[in-house]
Amino acid sequence: MSDQHEAEPAAAPYSATTTEDTGAPASGEPGGRQPLTGRLIIQTFSEGNTVVITILAIFVALLVGAILIVASDPVVLRAWDSFSYAPGTALSATWDSVAAAYSALFEGSIFSPATVAAAFHGGSIAAIFYPLSLTAFEATPLILTGLSVAVAFRAGMFNIGAAGQWIGGALVATWLGYAVNLPIVLHAIVCIIGAFIGGAIIGWIVGEIKARTGAHEVILTIMFNYIMYNLLTFMLSSQSLMQAPHQTNAVAPNIASSAMLPHVGGPPPQVGVGFLIALAAAAATSWLLNRSTIGFQFRTVGASPSAARSAGISVERVWVLAFVIAGGLAGLSATTIVQGQTAPLTFNSYGTYGFDGITVALLGRVRPLGVVLAGLLFGALNAGGTVMEAATGVPADVTNVIEAIIVLLVAAPPLIRMLFRLRRSRGAGAQAVTSKGWSG
Amino acid sequence: MTALATPVRAPVTISRRYLAAGTFIGLGLIDIFVFGLLAHSGDAVFALSLPGASPHLPSIHVPGALLAYLLGVISIGLGVLRAVVDLPRWGKRLTLAIVLLCFLLSLLAWADAGNVVGPLQVIDLLQGTLTASIPLVLGALAGLMGERAGVINIAIEGQLLTGAFVAAAVASVTGGVWLGLIGGSLAGGLVGALLAIFAIMFLVDQIILGVVLNVVALGLTNYLYDRVMIPYANTFNSGNTFSTIKIPVLSSIPIIGPVFFDANIFLYITYALILVVQIGLFRTRWGLRVRAVGEHPVAADTVGIRVLWTRYRNVILGGMIAGIGGAYLTVGSVGFFTSDISSGFGFIALAAMIFGRWTPLGSVAAALLFGFSYQLQTELSVLRVPVSSFILLMAPYVATIIAVAGLVGRVRPPAADGKPYVRA
Repeated sequence: MSDQHEAEPAAAPYSATTTEDTGAPASGEPGGRQPLTGRLIIQTFSEGNTVVITILAIFVALLVGAILIVASDPVVLRAWDSFSYAPGTALSATWDSVAAAYSALFEGSIFSPATVAAAFHGGSIAAIFYPLSLTAFEATPLILTGLSVAVAFRAGMFNIGAAGQWIGGALVATWLGYAVNLPIVLHAIVCIIGAFIGGAIIGWIVGEIKARTGAHEVILTIMFNYIMYNLLTFMLSSQSLMQAPHQTNAVAPNIASSAMLPHVGGPPPQVGVGFLIALAAAAATSWLLNRSTIGFQFRTVGASPSAARSAGISVERVWVLAFVIAGGLAGLSATTIVQGQTAPLTFNSYGTYGFDGITVALLGRVRPLGVVLAGLLFGALNAGGTVMEAATGVPADVTNVIEAIIVLLVAAPPLIRMLFRLRRSRGAGAQAVTSKGWSG
Repeated sequence: MTALATPVRAPVTISRRYLAAGTFIGLGLIDIFVFGLLAHSGDAVFALSLPGASPHLPSIHVPGALLAYLLGVISIGLGVLRAVVDLPRWGKRLTLAIVLLCFLLSLLAWADAGNVVGPLQVIDLLQGTLTASIPLVLGALAGLMGERAGVINIAIEGQLLTGAFVAAAVASVTGGVWLGLIGGSLAGGLVGALLAIFAIMFLVDQIILGVVLNVVALGLTNYLYDRVMIPYANTFNSGNTFSTIKIPVLSSIPIIGPVFFDANIFLYITYALILVVQIGLFRTRWGLRVRAVGEHPVAADTVGIRVLWTRYRNVILGGMIAGIGGAYLTVGSVGFFTSDISSGFGFIALAAMIFGRWTPLGSVAAALLFGFSYQLQTELSVLRVPVSSFILLMAPYVATIIAVAGLVGRVRPPAADGKPYVRA
């Protein structure tokens, strides 16, 4: 395992999955003979490679979600009371409950057949794409915080502080948005750059403390989250700082219309330029991590700090730089909310973007393309969850449970293999992620 | 894949001795030039009994500015002492405690000097500190149980939250608060068991695992709260609470009585658990084994200690302790469960554990400090003191960063903390 990693630092920290990626096909046959394509496919499924495990994890999580929906549905529970003499009613009530919820989830996030029928009868064609537009809108901030977590992860660090960095970006973008007068396009760009810098500063402080003292970044970022929550409320509840005039609530002034991001799909909550920013950031991150010297250093430090040090890489500099970039990406996430929505910044605007970024990054295997896909999946669950709650009364929180279970299962491939009786993959990939504790 | 512990030397060039002395003198100067000079003229009044309590102690009147000056001088004196004399370990701790106390007292003197709203209710402040610390202390003990055996527990927050939810639900359905407490504890233990299974059997990265379990707990409790507790509040969230138990004799001692011996069962459980964990870890065979497993599992295994079993047991027991802390949030105080009721206490408990250097008593001290800053913020807003509560609320987090950054002495986790044990 270690040989492979020293030779190929690209298969860096999120080990189990990455070694499966490269490990299963490459380790193949002992004599170096490549397996035939057909065999490879069978092997892929029977051993459970990355994609298969992710799909199975999503399946199990949806199943758990279904159980939650059914077990808390009074209609279904009443039907089950009379299971002994009307089993059909109980089963159909169960099916109806789950089917109603999940089809609302699907129609709210991806595609609703009703809109196609309407389009044929003179309705709007744009309405067909409305659910996808919602999904992309919801996915936008998640992709960016996911990238933030992923960049730090590739450099061997765990960034729980995307929420704090988000706030850093949000404060700068909001201030630039209402306090500065600039022409239309320039204003938005200045705000975006400001948000990146605002987030990067918070990330830089964390990286600097870690590099200078060796303090663990998990503790530092958790603490910075709380400092930033309180700082945000403090700034927004003081008239002399950032509170909107004549307000008693913790609310910032509305930013100028020249600083708003232009719409693409329609007014929020439909997809806007923020989504393009997220995609561009993903492409840039991908280039940075996989094609640039800095990215190579990141991955080397992530794979083994001591090896990186022997190779002449300044590990401390990498830590600081990785956190600066991670913070900046989290700041960009804030920009898509602050400048992408009409609502002003409030004391709880940060929502759960920071923590969702962790789950998105882990599900996306800390790779930019994976993060985009995972962000879209979570965006779909969030967008669909709202529609589901409105249509069936099932609280949208169930989607959070589904998301967390997906990540939990993806992080534990041996469990999925056990559940579905998959064979252990040959070679190095069988091990799960091993953790490094506080002292790493 | 295990990243090597990269030794990073703290590039603090000044020796610790002068750093501490400088900090003491700095705090003393703040006492004098901030709290002393800015204090309103007039007396600061400290009420030592609750209104209507008997026996009623007279309130203490002191000139606020003068008190702050005096305390500042004491702090500076101790700072000079620290710089000149190399004190023994207990001396260092004592001087630190005195300087912190001086700082807090001068802050209070500044806050209440010439205050027209009324006296500072010292009993309220101390009582509130203790009750606010209960979930933090129990959470920190929970973290400690796991980490001393080598399993990182970031899921304290999730354990508190599920404990709070199940306690409220069980107490409402059965009508028995004790059943609620037990249910909450078991629910916390269940989250602990999940943590243990995934960490020990499936070797999942423990920090990732903890974060994900927190998300699961938050999502699940929110879902069930919206779906079940709100529509059927009378059945599932009726808000039962424990009543207060006054310890006979002890509770009638002035000051000490109302603060320490006039609370509900959770405070007494907390006392007991602190003692049990402290003595258990450092004075019993069980504790020695746990610490061996956390520091050097290979050695422990060699002498026949069951490493994995010890870890399972400790993480689950820790989860049960955190579950009690969660139960306190509902059946021990407000009665009702609300969405995200633990509101980050689990993370503060984690900080308290690290601040307390993975020792029970140290964690308790840190938790009390955090509890104090919460309660102080409440008391100051009652007195309408013009200091933003958000700044006060930030203080514990800044203190934790300073602690983990090694500015007040190095914190060192158990050597095998977070490293899965796979027998070679």
